[in-house]
Amino acid sequence: MNIVKVLDAKGLACPMPIVKTKKAINEIESGEVLEIHTTDKGAINDLTAWTKSGGHDLLNFEEENGILKFWIKKG
Amino acid sequence: MKEKKRTTIVLFSGDYDKAMAAYIIANGAAAYDHEVTIFHTFWGLNALRKNESAPVKKGFMEKIFGKMMPRGADKMGLSKMNFAGFGPKMIKDIMKKHNTLPLPQLIEMAQEQDVKLVACTMTMDLLGLKEEELLESIEYAGVAAYLADAQEGNVNLFI
Repeated sequence: MNIVKVLDAKGLACPMPIVKTKKAINEIESGEVLEIHTTDKGAINDLTAWTKSGGHDLLNFEEENGILKFWIKKG
Repeated sequence: MKEKKRTTIVLFSGDYDKAMAAYIIANGAAAYDHEVTIFHTFWGLNALRKNESAPVKKGFMEKIFGKMMPRGADKMGLSKMNFAGFGPKMIKDIMKKHNTLPLPQLIEMAQEQDVKLVACTMTMDLLGLKEEELLESIEYAGVAAYLADAQEGNVNLFI
């Protein structure tokens, strides 16, 4: 995985994780991977839907001590 | 590149909570790469008011309206459990604990994301609101401009 950027969105509430993710994905190139850390439970569904709609790839998702981690490959 | 989708929201309400819902949806839609328009009419115009008063000429009724309506997003009341202004204080405290963006910051964020904020000029006249009293870099229009955006809309809401 070509992780070029890590976005720390921990503690932020809706709609900030998605807004920040959008900003961060704009800053990377197609094929590169963005890693996102968040604590917002809604983000699981939010990021899944957003990734699909935007034509990106959700490569992986992990939960670790209440921190949700996502890896999104830009489409 | 495929054509962008469009979200349009009519913000009629001047309630803090309803305006917050409108702006959260608007910010979310902007993150979805939609072109977003919020058309503010009637009490929703108060969300666009500056906190400080601007030197403008007004008639008697317009002055009364100006005094009675909330001056800016932060002064708006809740649609439920307002408790004469105590409700908003409580909810803002809770929002801080949950790290939720307050309404004024949601509006700023929307502007940063190029959400088009439109003030309805007809209701501005009714409520006696002048351009000088409203936020910078917003647009002024009527029903036709709104419909032009809305008829292309994938998501249309009236709040």
